[in-house]
Amino acid sequence: MNSLKRILLVDDSPRDTEMALAALEDYHLANEILTLRDGAEALDYLYRRGQFAAWPPGNPGVVLLDLKMPKVDGLEVLRQIKGDPALQMIPVVVMTSSREEQDVIDSYKLGVNAYVVKPVKFHEFVEAVKRLGGFWAFINQPPPGSARFFDEKSKAEPTQSADPTQSV
Amino acid sequence: MNSLKSILLVDDSPRDTELALDALAAYNLANEVITLRDGAEALDYLYRRGEFAGRTNNQPAVVMLDLKMPKVDGLEVLRQMKGDPALKVIPVVVMTSSREEQDLVTSYQLGVNAYVVKPVKFQEFVEAVKQVGGFWAVVNEPPPVSLRRQPSTGA
Repeated sequence: MNSLKRILLVDDSPRDTEMALAALEDYHLANEILTLRDGAEALDYLYRRGQFAAWPPGNPGVVLLDLKMPKVDGLEVLRQIKGDPALQMIPVVVMTSSREEQDVIDSYKLGVNAYVVKPVKFHEFVEAVKRLGGFWAFINQPPPGSARFFDEKSKAEPTQSADPTQSV
Repeated sequence: MNSLKSILLVDDSPRDTELALDALAAYNLANEVITLRDGAEALDYLYRRGEFAGRTNNQPAVVMLDLKMPKVDGLEVLRQMKGDPALKVIPVVVMTSSREEQDLVTSYQLGVNAYVVKPVKFQEFVEAVKQVGGFWAVVNEPPPVSLRRQPSTGA
């Protein structure tokens, strides 16, 4: 399903990705999450190039971004997103195991929207992802052009299968 | 130590402020919540001037900011915060009744961290505030105190 997703999750750890998806299951967001494994894939997706060249346009409502990843790391992805007028309004939430103050400082200076340290304990990790998902997928209003831009607007889309003027 | 994750709530509606405080209290958040009523007070607080000239506690971990307020409105507060290197790292969550697309776009262009439309229904409003507090005062790692402690020269 190459549709526009509400959440882009970028993490090279299959275990963390699986746990995050499980935590978000309660919200029935399974079909709203695109998972990618490194920063190069994330940039290819956001710029609709490479394997994503033919995907429909539009930005995710939020990017959940790991920092330590192969090929292109999270800080570089953040730098490119926040440095590009076409992408900079996308909310980016760093999700990392790093508690290093320098990573927190660099992320905020680059314009990160939020910074979450992944709890080590399974239960706490799930709870943190739930709160994170609850806020960013439902409470935060993403910028125009994103998936879920004013719910009412998408609901108001004329999707009627029948034209009332044609009915007898 | 509460000031490590203190919340600055700026809203000119006493009703919304009271509801928000109740919602945050019900959530058992140990965080200190500072409430102010307009953008002028918010800027005085952040710049430690006027009635807040002697303030010694750290900058808040998050600012919950209404948009339509007397004296100085929320967008102007946001503009000044995000335009000042000493304040721009403080997370700002706009909480507004406005569904105007222009407010949303302007907020994001100015660098808002999140934008929440206040639900009209009481119960939904309380629930939304809980989610805001549950994420921003608990899960989010605020900028280090070293970044938030810097006294600002103000302007």
